[in-house]
Amino acid sequence: MDVMPKWAEVALVPLISLILAAVLSALVILAIGEDPLEAVNLMVTGALGSTYGWGYTLYYATNFLFTGLAVSVAFHAGLFNIGGEGQAMLGGLGVALACLLIPWPHWSLALLGASLAGALFGAAWAAIPAFLQAKRGSHIVITTIMFNFIGAAVLNYVLVNLMRPAGQMDPATARFPDTTNLPTLHDILAPLGIAFSKSAPANVTFLIALLACVLVWFLLWRTWLGYEIRSYGKSEPAARYGGISPVAITMIAMLISGGLAGLMAINNVMGEAERLVLNAVEGAGFIGIAVALMGRSHPFGVLLAAILFGFLYQGGAELALWTSIPRELIVVIQALVILFTGALDNMVRMPLERLFLMLRRSRA
Amino acid sequence: MTSLQKFLGATAALALSAGAALAEPALIFDLGGKFDKSFNEAAYNGATRWAEETGNTFRDIELQSEAQREQALRRFAEAGANPIVMTGFAFGDALGQVAGDYPETDFVIIDMVVDAPNVRSVVFNEHEGSYLVGMLAAKASASGTVGFIGGMDIPLIRKFACGYAQGVKAVNPDATVIANMTGTTPAAWNDPVKGSELTKAQISQGADVVYAAAGGTGVGVLQTAADEDILSIGVDSNQNHLHPGKVLTSMLKRVDNAVYQAMTDGPGMEKGFNVMGLANGGVGYALDENNAELVDDSMQAAVDAAAEQIASGELAVHDYTSDDSCPALSF
Repeated sequence: MDVMPKWAEVALVPLISLILAAVLSALVILAIGEDPLEAVNLMVTGALGSTYGWGYTLYYATNFLFTGLAVSVAFHAGLFNIGGEGQAMLGGLGVALACLLIPWPHWSLALLGASLAGALFGAAWAAIPAFLQAKRGSHIVITTIMFNFIGAAVLNYVLVNLMRPAGQMDPATARFPDTTNLPTLHDILAPLGIAFSKSAPANVTFLIALLACVLVWFLLWRTWLGYEIRSYGKSEPAARYGGISPVAITMIAMLISGGLAGLMAINNVMGEAERLVLNAVEGAGFIGIAVALMGRSHPFGVLLAAILFGFLYQGGAELALWTSIPRELIVVIQALVILFTGALDNMVRMPLERLFLMLRRSRA
Repeated sequence: MTSLQKFLGATAALALSAGAALAEPALIFDLGGKFDKSFNEAAYNGATRWAEETGNTFRDIELQSEAQREQALRRFAEAGANPIVMTGFAFGDALGQVAGDYPETDFVIIDMVVDAPNVRSVVFNEHEGSYLVGMLAAKASASGTVGFIGGMDIPLIRKFACGYAQGVKAVNPDATVIANMTGTTPAAWNDPVKGSELTKAQISQGADVVYAAAGGTGVGVLQTAADEDILSIGVDSNQNHLHPGKVLTSMLKRVDNAVYQAMTDGPGMEKGFNVMGLANGGVGYALDENNAELVDDSMQAAVDAAAEQIASGELAVHDYTSDDSCPALSF
């Protein structure tokens, strides 16, 4: 039996964790001689106070949505995929190849093709660790994190030696042709009479990420396959007894997970940079783990957590722009949020559970 | 946090207006960070020197993500910062997009050429400076084997390595140059432990002089070289003082001068393409009291002669990035 009512589980625990993280961050900001209220104000107005701020917040959130969903799906199968970073990197390679090699007539077709390529490359990068786990029992945590480094090396080699235009200093591909440029939220919202900032990078991919949330929810809770994934994740012996193949579920869950991570590339590579640069992913794969933990591996929770982290990223950028708070401290603030919502979850949960138990007893 | 922030956001006035009317210059550091003891720090030192001499202030930001390149450029330009200086070739693409939108703002980009009427592009002939320290390395080496430790395997670092190898081979055609890169992720620019391990590996292969062109990673290279009693060569800033008597010399890349000059010239500066080489003091090697005993007169004379020849155009050092190949070293 659940000790806490559902609303407390879903809303109260993360909220208290966040407040704790905010208080600690405020103390840290105070300790280096800056005004925490001013800092909070800067972060909120910078990230949420204008369509420009929202444009960046949603852009980052889109990245985290894909990687967060990727971690969630694997997590439901009891697999801890921390290779989102490498899978998104390879997804970027797939997207770049699709955009550069095929002359797309229209962005919608390009988006379709690039999504497919990104997901395929991401899934392929997840397939090897998945196979090793399913057939050989090599632990997925170890293999996926090692594949992050292999992925970085592959990308480095490909960019420096194969895909870099001759004479270019920057290890990056050429710019994608104009027909592959995705419409930004500015372009999408303008016909509706909403003036959205032109310079912000949020683009149509955000809508695709929302669609992915719905599809993941549908997959996990409304299909046979989702049921098998979840039951395998809850108990492998029980699932095996029920006739579920561990090899198949491990492979399928990891392929979906890798595909989702690879899909991230349509946002950062195709939507924002419009070319593939060396550190296109920049940690979004790892933030995805925090997002999935915080969102309790539920698509809706992942959406909220992704927006929160998007806010922290964009708010942090504004903080770095207009104050002398060093960037390391902004990382500290982000880390505090991760620490409290992910790692120190039980610190908040257990006293709360005791509190609810007491309440229930006194009522009985 | 959210409810607290909503409350504060609603009650407090727009804080951004504070930054709306600045006419001070801005400096944008690349992802390596402000205090890397090397490239970015040199830029910071140049800006600080300008600020101290003029009593003015400047704004700066250390980037955290690729998407912030264009963002920081636009935000500073919209806030009226002028000129806006940025360090690193990775800004090239973003600046190319942004520069046209702010014709009244002057931009200065270091390590990259952007062709726009309001951009000053400053590039350095790192291969020339590296050639000189390569000559010194070959002269100081007893084993005939010298090492090179780069950050990431990117064209810019190959340019350093290639110039260095040419200098080594010019003095001792039979010398062996061992070249290693630290890593494949941007963490390679700030990984002193890995730098230290690579140094040990190169020592075990016989290297007795090691040149680090790896940002913050070089700190570990220099440290290990000093601990293991071999010589090292610093990069970008003068790093001779880090281990007096153990650092043979440093390849100077005067990013500080470029930044100082840009801020001194201020808005309305001369735009265009600036090459900072041996001829105009943009690159060079460091000689001070910390390494005076390591570089004897004959070594100095030989290197200075080569420097003069390069400056006059008599001696051409091959630039790796000109045709993506290197005559003295294969990657």
